[in-house]
Amino acid sequence: MLVSVAAPEGEPMSRQSLSVNRRRFLQSTALGAAAAAGVLQAPSVLRAQGAAVKVGILHPVSGALSYSGQQGRIGATLAIEEINASGGIKALRGAKLEAVLGDAQSTPEGGNAEVEKMNGAGVAAIVGGYASGICLAASQTAARYDLPYIVDVGVVDSIVSRGLKNTFRFGPGFGVIAKTAIDNLVTINDQANKTAKTVMIVHEDSAFGAGLAKLLNTQLPERGFQVLETIPHPTPTRDFNNVVLKIKAQNPDLVIPANYYNEYVLLARTMQQQKVRPKGIYSVLGGAASSYKFVKEFPEAAQFIMDCNHWFDPKNAKALELKKKIEAKGEFYTYEVYMNYSCVLLLADALERAASADRDKIIAALESSTFTGHVMPYGPTKFVNGQNQGAAPVNTQVVGNDIQVIFPAAFASAKPVFPMPPA
Amino acid sequence: MLSPVILVPAVLNGLMTGAIYALIALGLTLIYGVLHIINFAHGALLTAAMFAAFFTFHWFGIDPYIAAIGLTPIFFCLGYVLQRFIIGPAAHGEDRNILLVTLGLAVVIENALLYGFRADTRTINLPYAFNVVEIGSAFLAVPRVIAFGVVIVVALALWLIMRWTDTGKAIRAVAQEKLGAELSGIDVAHIYAVTFGLGTACLAIAACLLIPTYYVNPSAGNAFVLIAFTIVVLGGMGSVTGALLGGLFVGVVESLSGLYLGESLGQIGIFVMFILVLLFRPNGLFGEHA
Amino acid sequence: MKGYAPILLAVALLATVPLISSSNVVLNFLVMALLIALAGQGWNLLGGYGGQYSFGHAAFFGTGAYVTAIIQMRYGVNAWLGFVVGIAAGALVGAVIGALSFRSGLKGSYFALVTLAFAEVLRIVASVTPITGAGVGTLIKLDLRPEAFQFQSRAPFYWIVLGMVGISLILARMIERSRFGAYLVAVRENEDAAKALGVDATKVKLVAMTISAALTAAAGGFYAQYYLFIDAGIAYGPWISIEALLAPIIGGIGTVFGPLLGALVVKTLGEVAKLVTGGAPGLDLVIYGGVLILVVAFAPQGIAGIFNGLHRRIFRRTQPAEPDRG
Repeated sequence: MLVSVAAPEGEPMSRQSLSVNRRRFLQSTALGAAAAAGVLQAPSVLRAQGAAVKVGILHPVSGALSYSGQQGRIGATLAIEEINASGGIKALRGAKLEAVLGDAQSTPEGGNAEVEKMNGAGVAAIVGGYASGICLAASQTAARYDLPYIVDVGVVDSIVSRGLKNTFRFGPGFGVIAKTAIDNLVTINDQANKTAKTVMIVHEDSAFGAGLAKLLNTQLPERGFQVLETIPHPTPTRDFNNVVLKIKAQNPDLVIPANYYNEYVLLARTMQQQKVRPKGIYSVLGGAASSYKFVKEFPEAAQFIMDCNHWFDPKNAKALELKKKIEAKGEFYTYEVYMNYSCVLLLADALERAASADRDKIIAALESSTFTGHVMPYGPTKFVNGQNQGAAPVNTQVVGNDIQVIFPAAFASAKPVFPMPPA
Repeated sequence: MLSPVILVPAVLNGLMTGAIYALIALGLTLIYGVLHIINFAHGALLTAAMFAAFFTFHWFGIDPYIAAIGLTPIFFCLGYVLQRFIIGPAAHGEDRNILLVTLGLAVVIENALLYGFRADTRTINLPYAFNVVEIGSAFLAVPRVIAFGVVIVVALALWLIMRWTDTGKAIRAVAQEKLGAELSGIDVAHIYAVTFGLGTACLAIAACLLIPTYYVNPSAGNAFVLIAFTIVVLGGMGSVTGALLGGLFVGVVESLSGLYLGESLGQIGIFVMFILVLLFRPNGLFGEHA
Repeated sequence: MKGYAPILLAVALLATVPLISSSNVVLNFLVMALLIALAGQGWNLLGGYGGQYSFGHAAFFGTGAYVTAIIQMRYGVNAWLGFVVGIAAGALVGAVIGALSFRSGLKGSYFALVTLAFAEVLRIVASVTPITGAGVGTLIKLDLRPEAFQFQSRAPFYWIVLGMVGISLILARMIERSRFGAYLVAVRENEDAAKALGVDATKVKLVAMTISAALTAAAGGFYAQYYLFIDAGIAYGPWISIEALLAPIIGGIGTVFGPLLGALVVKTLGEVAKLVTGGAPGLDLVIYGGVLILVVAFAPQGIAGIFNGLHRRIFRRTQPAEPDRG
């Protein structure tokens, strides 16, 4: 049953030209790449003058996570275009970056299969994954080939605690996010004369929400908050009326949601409908709480919502330029975009410093990286066991039609409005 | 949690959610009761209908409740064509093949929507979507109350069609005894297609009722399918009354078990009930044939 | 296709693949296809030979996967032993679901739907109980040693899953030739008649379901060892229930090679669709679904059916019509 399939453009195997046709051929399938793998040796071969450096860009662009996957892909490919436009990798005689796009199909097996293909296609490194489950499987497979893997978003702590030398996470993990969220909450609360004492947590029930809720449940009481109830819900959830009823009945000072975009929208709208208005809504990694799309589509429901989430550095010129570019394309400037953008820039920097597309050298370069050319409020990168130490989330709040950064002070563009004014 | 302040609104919420479930299940039960097929494409068709409702509002500014008037016949025709010219012929009459064809159809529809409209979640913002009707301590969203009313009307209409019109009688005849119906001159292929069309038309209405308070993306319809199957079995395959009552019942059960067990574990309530009914009363709680 | 010779031949041929091709892409692809073939053969025993269509084989797959993983991670049991226990656990779940369903006389669509419900219940429970890690899932520690049922290279994984598929093929052939198999088919064709002849239909179906569950659970346990991460959606999600029934139906329901052929064809189709459509999201799956419909329309007996048809035509034998398998 395994019939070998001819390359789509009819490219004969022997002519390994560096045209766009080859990219389409290579980024296609198992069978095509398998044949190619028989020909290509280790990726460090064929480094002709300015030969393109292939970079695997892996995202779940179809399936349940397709929106986030597509946004991530946009950020990554934009970064590659920019790098190529400004002369490519100078240390490699202007070698251009060539994206090998992969669709993880929102499953770990999908991610895994794509990593195999990318490896077969001879990529120097892989960026992406998005979802924790996909990142775990994909980075593990990449580790077999000592293929550098830069995680774009995936937040579970186990991603960087497996002792895999090839895995680097640019953004923060759960542990840091939860701690920062609570620290900042305490500060905001203190500044408002400790007006909030009781809390209810509403979270989605998979890796991301459940993991976060667990951390919050341990740490919040230690910091003087009383958790009235923790409400898990599946993704997707069709209706939040009961959840909101419970919130209404127990009347917490704060509601802490941790869920994906769709559920967050439903929750916020239902709260508005049921006229439930706590003193504050403090989301942690909220799906919509710091989303321009949400603010644009539901301005009333979005007002004064606070989030502790990935966010770009509002004082960074490149970040604002990227924002304009993305919005000019008619897209929303979401975290998947700028995090992937930064990850690709990070990789390019590693390539420059390694002056080679050799995998081990790239890994070494990443390990010693002190990159500042990204657009996140992290400071220079510093990887310990694959985790970027400076990575941290930031607090935002929706005020008017815009999303402002309210914490930390170094990046803030507005003061927190807490407690929320009455409707 | 036992306080009536919470319990009463929860039950009312359950009834309203259940009404939408019932309408979706109505379509499915007709299709199952007559064609004896498990329509895997039901969720994808619902999604397609929701996109249609969304774009009708987005491009033409037509309120979804009005749009339903136009979309219902359109989707009826779509369902008719699908059954008559794709599912029926491809399946060669074998149940197992129908299963695969509807599965294939589901994949095609969902991914065509993904390809055509991308993965973003779309919502519409109606000016009255946040208005509420206050009953005691319960705040009932206006669109959901309207939905409840519409579903009752549709169920009634379908029941009347089944009982009093020639087509309805033909449908019931085919459901009970296909060969006999054929021998008495009924065009079975046509009836099959009409039934499928009716099922799809129900989805169109359900979509218009959902869109004011819900969202749409290429996989939005899938969330409702399993529940719809549960209701179909509960209410008795092919029974319009069964689907309506079953839907309301399931809505309330879901709401209450969500309240007591939490939203995640609460989903179990429906399936456990489903299993129990199947094990002990397989003809459904209202055991009727169409 | 009679006898064991074709099975041994097929397995031997497939076994040579890692020796011919050093491409991990190919191996990975085949491992996944063989895994589905294994799960599908499980489904096939119950659905193809037994005529009882299950929509919830994920229940067994997931049990095999979770038990294998949890036993290793929480109780420090050796991975291989855990794998075996996983299979046993899956078989047990099959026996329980079977006992409940068959004793209540559930058949046809009702049986299919109740299996679906059971799988969903397990999925929901797995997504909230602490022992499975609830939403976070279960991660098997990376430990690339054969003793831990993990390997540096893909090839040993490949041979192991191939071996299991081989066993499942032999098992299917044995059942075909045994009295038990005859009873099973009799129950499929006409349960009442079979009962009238003295066949204990419930017991026969129950045994078939237990074996079926064990095979699919083995696929689940293997999945856990191969990918090292599972959560409720992966273990008990509808995806595997669908793949497990798609492969045998496409390949030829109720035949020994059906699931294997079907799995290879279906997976290859997926890859070809991706090749043809480049990177556009969703388009490859549109083609995949379209081809599926076409296959059903023009080859309703599955791939094996095509072979049989050709066989008949080439040898110009007249044979009685196939019994209605509906």
